[in-house]
Amino acid sequence: MSEGTAKKFMFVNRTAPYGTVYALESLEVVLITAAFDQEVSLVFVDDGVWQLKKGQQTKGIETKNFSPTYRALEDYDVEKLYVERESLDARGLAEGDLIVAVTVLPAAELGKLMAEQDVVLSF
Amino acid sequence: MLNIVNKSPLDRNALDACLRIAAPGALLLIEDGVYAAIRGTAHEARITAALARFRVYALLPDLEARAVADRVIDGVTTIDYGGFVDLVAEHNACQSWL
Repeated sequence: MSEGTAKKFMFVNRTAPYGTVYALESLEVVLITAAFDQEVSLVFVDDGVWQLKKGQQTKGIETKNFSPTYRALEDYDVEKLYVERESLDARGLAEGDLIVAVTVLPAAELGKLMAEQDVVLSF
Repeated sequence: MLNIVNKSPLDRNALDACLRIAAPGALLLIEDGVYAAIRGTAHEARITAALARFRVYALLPDLEARAVADRVIDGVTTIDYGGFVDLVAEHNACQSWL
């Protein structure tokens, strides 16, 4: 990459929080990528949508609750958050259940967005 | 037998395998397995059907961490870590469906 060139990075999150470390690791890489002034977007599909569920209380499992970090993303100029409509529906979730404002898109439109990216990383 | 499932039914087929194969008894949902215990998902009917054959338990700290403790299916019993230990002690054996 030549200096000063921003690429389009998309992070695709398909795993639930806490059961594995993928969700937390994804957030770390998102913040690093944003620090390098790249164009960053996040996608939440399948069990990845659980990462955004409002009301997480992790004291009982003695694990860090990292869900407030999603609300801080805009401070890093990460403002493109996309959630797949079908994944929400399958889990009985609505937009109002989510901790942060997102754009809800049907699968076909998400696919088009993915096709426009320079780099897609899956977690 | 105490059957333990720790994988989301929306992601992996561990719960499917357990419900297909295991003899009637107890089923404990922990970690990402607790997503099976909640109302409104595409898989809710599988747990409501399983309640006829299994005593179904879900670990409350895992439900709370995932912000779904307020939507547990009727008939599923929530337990804490002490209850988990009691269940293990009450049963002759445990099977973890990984």
